[in-house]
Amino acid sequence: MPLLEMYDIQKDFPGVRALDGVTFTLDAGEFHALVGENGAGKSTLMKVLSGVYPAGEFAGKIVIEGREVSFSGIRDSENAGIAIIFQELSLVKELSVGENIFLGRAPSRFGVIDWTELYRRAAELLRGLGLSIDPRAKAGSLGIGQQQLVEIAKALSRDARILVLDEPTAALTDAEVETLFHILDGLKARGVGMIYISHRLDEVFRMSDRITVLRDGRTVATHAAADTNKDAIIAEMVGREVTDIFPEPKHSLGDVVLRAESVTVFSEDEPDKRIVDDVSFDVRAGEVLGIAGLMGAGRSELLTAIFGAWQGRYTVTLELAGRPIAIKDPRDAIRAGIGFVTEDRKRYGLILDQTILDNMTLAALKRVSGRIFTSRSDERRAASMPMRSLRIKAPSVETVAGTLSGGNQQKVVLGKWLLTEPRVLFLDEPTRGIDVGAKQEIYAEINKLAETGLAIVLVSSELPEVLGLSDRIVVLHEGRKTGEFTRAEATAELVMAAATGHYPNANF
Amino acid sequence: MSESKSILTNRAALRAYAMIGVLAAIWILFHAITPGHTFLTPRNLSNLMTQTAVTGVIAVGMLMVIVSGQIDLSVGSIIGFAGGISAYVMTEMGYPMTAAIIAAVVMSTAIGLFQGALAAYANIPSFIVTLGGLLAWRGAAKWLLGGNTIPVSDEIFKGIGNANLPALYGWIVAALAVAVVFFAAFRRARMAEDEGTSGLSRELAKAAFPAAAIVGFIAIMNAWQGVPVPVVIFLCVAFIGAFITNSTVFGRYLYAIGGNADAARLSGINNRWNVLKVFGVLGALTGVAALIFTARVGSALPDAGTLKELDAIAACVIGGASLVGGRGTVFGACLGALIMASLDNGMSLVGVRDFMQDIIKGSILVIAVGLDMAGRKQS
Repeated sequence: MPLLEMYDIQKDFPGVRALDGVTFTLDAGEFHALVGENGAGKSTLMKVLSGVYPAGEFAGKIVIEGREVSFSGIRDSENAGIAIIFQELSLVKELSVGENIFLGRAPSRFGVIDWTELYRRAAELLRGLGLSIDPRAKAGSLGIGQQQLVEIAKALSRDARILVLDEPTAALTDAEVETLFHILDGLKARGVGMIYISHRLDEVFRMSDRITVLRDGRTVATHAAADTNKDAIIAEMVGREVTDIFPEPKHSLGDVVLRAESVTVFSEDEPDKRIVDDVSFDVRAGEVLGIAGLMGAGRSELLTAIFGAWQGRYTVTLELAGRPIAIKDPRDAIRAGIGFVTEDRKRYGLILDQTILDNMTLAALKRVSGRIFTSRSDERRAASMPMRSLRIKAPSVETVAGTLSGGNQQKVVLGKWLLTEPRVLFLDEPTRGIDVGAKQEIYAEINKLAETGLAIVLVSSELPEVLGLSDRIVVLHEGRKTGEFTRAEATAELVMAAATGHYPNANF
Repeated sequence: MSESKSILTNRAALRAYAMIGVLAAIWILFHAITPGHTFLTPRNLSNLMTQTAVTGVIAVGMLMVIVSGQIDLSVGSIIGFAGGISAYVMTEMGYPMTAAIIAAVVMSTAIGLFQGALAAYANIPSFIVTLGGLLAWRGAAKWLLGGNTIPVSDEIFKGIGNANLPALYGWIVAALAVAVVFFAAFRRARMAEDEGTSGLSRELAKAAFPAAAIVGFIAIMNAWQGVPVPVVIFLCVAFIGAFITNSTVFGRYLYAIGGNADAARLSGINNRWNVLKVFGVLGALTGVAALIFTARVGSALPDAGTLKELDAIAACVIGGASLVGGRGTVFGACLGALIMASLDNGMSLVGVRDFMQDIIKGSILVIAVGLDMAGRKQS
């Protein structure tokens, strides 16, 4: 009898079917990898499993050891023996390791925490995992790798029988990965079933008993790891036709506008960790340069650093139209003619309480208005152009940005940067979370802008988007450049191979 | 204060009308229950406006600080210190009034910039910086005055707090203000016509209310002794403040920084520099308030301005400002200051005991914000 069975799981978000009849099983003591592109539905499936989406918000059946279960929250799934270790660590940095492990369940007598008992049990648990971590140390004082191991200890302290690991090795050093795998092997022997989500196919093949591939919310296939290989898995992950929503672009390339040499970006939290490691690229007038890669590959950080907005340490050498240039903050970047449509428009792009007009003129206020005084009529005149050409659907420019649909919000952000009259435009995930109609409009706009001679750098997690729009594609994997393809060379398989670090002759 | 399209959107305009309604209700209530019905008399209204002036001047600066997402708790203490400096320069050092005014305003501006620099560039939260300032500048005031009061004898200086504008000047000001209101209405109408939504008559109708308010206000003030000088100063400050927040790049940046600091920074705004500046503006206005206060009392007191910071913050919040930043208007803050002063004035006239006044004021502040939040959730 399998430890866990999930049948016909279906989950809808407004306008999108995130999971469409996914079936997944896990045996005791099994290591089962779950792979797929960004947005294939892996995280959604795990949220269904863990009760983040409670029973009733999805269709389908979850069975644990033969008994059907229905979770109304995370607590229920924890009680059923399911523990999830997320990509973003969820330890409380200011508390000790021991406190974190027993958070919310500290051993106590009459409501007073029994500290001796707590630390004794924590030490026991850590020893059992073969870890030499002081249970009294502050969680925040540990490296990311050790924190990850503490998370696992925390999960085991709850007697978890099903352990979900979401990209656990993304932030670990090679030595830490070895420790982790050693521990996971031990857990396997103890009969713990593990669901392992990873983009690193090498690790997936090394550890897994079975591999399940998800694509567009559907189960493509489940294989015994021994019966398949990386190329077959990649083909299944990608396996869809690039549809004709991307017209053949008619870009005519000009001179190199922006050249970035050996960009290296260090983590804000860990000043020695390189998020982007010695990446160089250039982009020409009228060209769309795609930057592909998986989550955490360092794509956004690369653009943020060039734009002068990275708040940690970084080094970069820039040339604009052949002349060296120094950009130390976003003001310099804007002055140099770089625009940056950031990822996460609500957090970084828009002031949701303010009107379309206020948002749209913000980055170019002194240009469209005056240096000291603003002129509402000048602003309106300036905004009317992008308002029309981007076909922003709103009653007027005085509509509050927060009330717009995602697609229209994104167009407002795009309009904001067009008003700065850029020579280079960075687009970071410009179509995330917007409906298909708005996506196509933005694709058309990108092609139109390139035709007018704008240099565009496009970061996207959607492979068809990168393939369909770009004249050239640079691929990043864990901060390094692992591939560069022209439009003619690029195929989904090649790009995905480079993005997963599985590229036979990577020498860039 | 009429050309406020961007920030005063429809919802905010509705809010402003609601506040005027609340103010009117408070006035009528007090007039009804005051012995002898003395609340709505030219004499008391003149007095009320003068009481509003000190809080109002600070509230305008405080509003800008709050809009940018910051807070300043030290202004009450700076009033004590800067007021002390003005009296010290005149009475102890024997310099003329001009020197005293410059010394007080320069000092309070410098203090504002200093605290702003600590908040913006040293990354110390402004709550903490100015909480320290609340203690430190009060201490400085006591040290400067040696625990005593320093009287001021210069009659012209005292006039800053006590004199009145002759009736004729009042009418001239009224005429100019009304002209400005209608000029703005014409401009808006022309702009509307450009967009094809002609509306001259509508704009003129909308301008009629403020115009009538201006004329009525001057008439009432002139019916007593003329517009008090502190009120003239307050109205000038309010007008300039409204202009800065609505119609300057600096003002727009303040709303952007308070609304979403990350988005502002990525749009090329120098958040730190603008935060520094806004603290300087509040510092300068605090100096002005200190001069009005000192002139009105006729001497500098070590505990002058105590709790004024809370009055100013309350005025902003009652006027619809959000302490998270990004939201609030100068007009709202001024109305808020007037409401607070009306409560003080009315309750004193009615004879409400001192402690009871504090309890009522505190409760009203919390209820007002509670109602506002409830209303926001609905819409």
